[in-house]
Amino acid sequence: MNMKKAVHKITITTTEVVVDGKPLDVTCLGSNIFTELYRKYVNDYPKYFKMDILCKLGFIATELLLQTEGKVRFEPCEDRAVVFFNRSSSLHADKSFESNICNRESFYPSPAMFVYTLPNIVTGEIAIRNKYYGETNFIVIEKRDEDVLENIIDGVFTDNMTTSVVTGWLEAESEEEFNAEIYIIEK
Amino acid sequence: MIRKIADNITSPLGFTTADNYKAVCEGKSCLKIYEGKWKLPEPFVASLFQDNQIGDIFASEIHTDNIYTRFEKMVLLSATKAIQDSGIDASSERTIFILSTTKGNVSLLERNVRGVDDDRVLLGVMANVISRHFNNTNIPIVVSNACISGVCAQIVANRCLESGKYDNAVVIGADEQSPFIVSGFQSFRALSPEECRPFSKNRNGLNLGEAAATIIYQHCDNFIDGWQAVKGAIRNDANHISGPSRTGEGSYRALKYVMTDEVASDDIACVNVHGTATAYNDEMESIAISRAGLSDTPINGYKGYYGHTMGAAGVLESILSMRALDDGLILATRGFDEIGVTHPVNISNKIRHTDKKTFIKLLSGFGGCNAAMLFSKR
Repeated sequence: MNMKKAVHKITITTTEVVVDGKPLDVTCLGSNIFTELYRKYVNDYPKYFKMDILCKLGFIATELLLQTEGKVRFEPCEDRAVVFFNRSSSLHADKSFESNICNRESFYPSPAMFVYTLPNIVTGEIAIRNKYYGETNFIVIEKRDEDVLENIIDGVFTDNMTTSVVTGWLEAESEEEFNAEIYIIEK
Repeated sequence: MIRKIADNITSPLGFTTADNYKAVCEGKSCLKIYEGKWKLPEPFVASLFQDNQIGDIFASEIHTDNIYTRFEKMVLLSATKAIQDSGIDASSERTIFILSTTKGNVSLLERNVRGVDDDRVLLGVMANVISRHFNNTNIPIVVSNACISGVCAQIVANRCLESGKYDNAVVIGADEQSPFIVSGFQSFRALSPEECRPFSKNRNGLNLGEAAATIIYQHCDNFIDGWQAVKGAIRNDANHISGPSRTGEGSYRALKYVMTDEVASDDIACVNVHGTATAYNDEMESIAISRAGLSDTPINGYKGYYGHTMGAAGVLESILSMRALDDGLILATRGFDEIGVTHPVNISNKIRHTDKKTFIKLLSGFGGCNAAMLFSKR
């Protein structure tokens, strides 16, 4: 990632949360970290509890990043893009939806569960929360590759409206295997 | 400049762009009702390949010892034809593969395929299988941005080419239908029990479809003639993850962005809309189009021929619009009868003639995302 343009960075792994190089105190393990962070740092957005783990991870990482950025929040804008990358797409939600429908006898798929079988929903959740009308996109690659990420992110700035992007690696394969490394990058 | 050098549509209506174009001009569709398919409890209307059709055609057209899934065969059939027509070196490090799909090999979750690793359910692993088939060693990019993926993939391709890193981009949009997707859309009560009727008063939902479509773009210093993807935009409604904006916000903003100073609305032959035939989508598009000052511009939609082909839609519908304008035609909106949206739109219910060589492809999808792309022919 081109660090010159990155103004803020957050990493969330199963064991630690680090914002701009500073570790945050967390006591929970696994995906319980997300809700611990939500209660401590957000706590005013009940929609959070409906989200799948990919959305929870992306949402909470972005919340902490934006709080660190410290700019005025929730003002409508079109100049900030949200673009994430990962390997497993929405596989965790896919598996739970599949387990819901594989038995055709007890076949009651839920729309709330189906919508999370799209990886880009997390970008929409963040756009809704922050009134971002700019570009939102989701890219899947076989394995993380800095050149690919950098090339795509450079491309995002060819949209004349875009002056900054919330972007990075957002992986949530299961409740125990996830990691986020998200940046705010400016033009 | 970026120009289109080849394309292909692989769909239930045909295995070449020419066959698809002919079928659509003749008003054909493969939409039909399926009862008891995949043991699903409810019938559904969809445009699907016939049983074994993909496997049979793949076996006769593509010579390989490798084992591919049905989805991968669709992708390879489409890409192979386009690559052959283009004459590019697909194995070159100056060629990048960009796939557009929502669910790829998701059917592997339900049923394994002998000789196929389970991890091919991962979109990136699947994409790698595709690019390796053509001996390409670059990391392939998968754009998975819900139903707008097909335009997003073209936008990403254009940016990759403009960066100077690549000479050619092979953009493949594809999705196959499966119990997974059909039951998901059924859970939303979004499926029509009959053939869909885009923009009509009595529309009652969408039909699903499967297809693969490929466009090959090339970077060129001297653009002489042909189709060019001039400008694309992706915008979010910032409103709801599964319902379109009541103000058409994202689609409106995407349209405004691609309507550059050089292009007056008078120059635009048509807007090829998403037109899924759900109550909310078509209404939202009418609002966005009218807000963008395009109420008099002809609009058309192809879901009445193909159903909603998801990851393929943006690529397939762009190709078909280009092909029709090559002949000076704006294709008809199959399934449309009586106008049923609140904002004025100039919908094409039959084939029209035009001299104009510019159009906009418009899409919207779950997650509140919208995309528009302006195409122009010299």
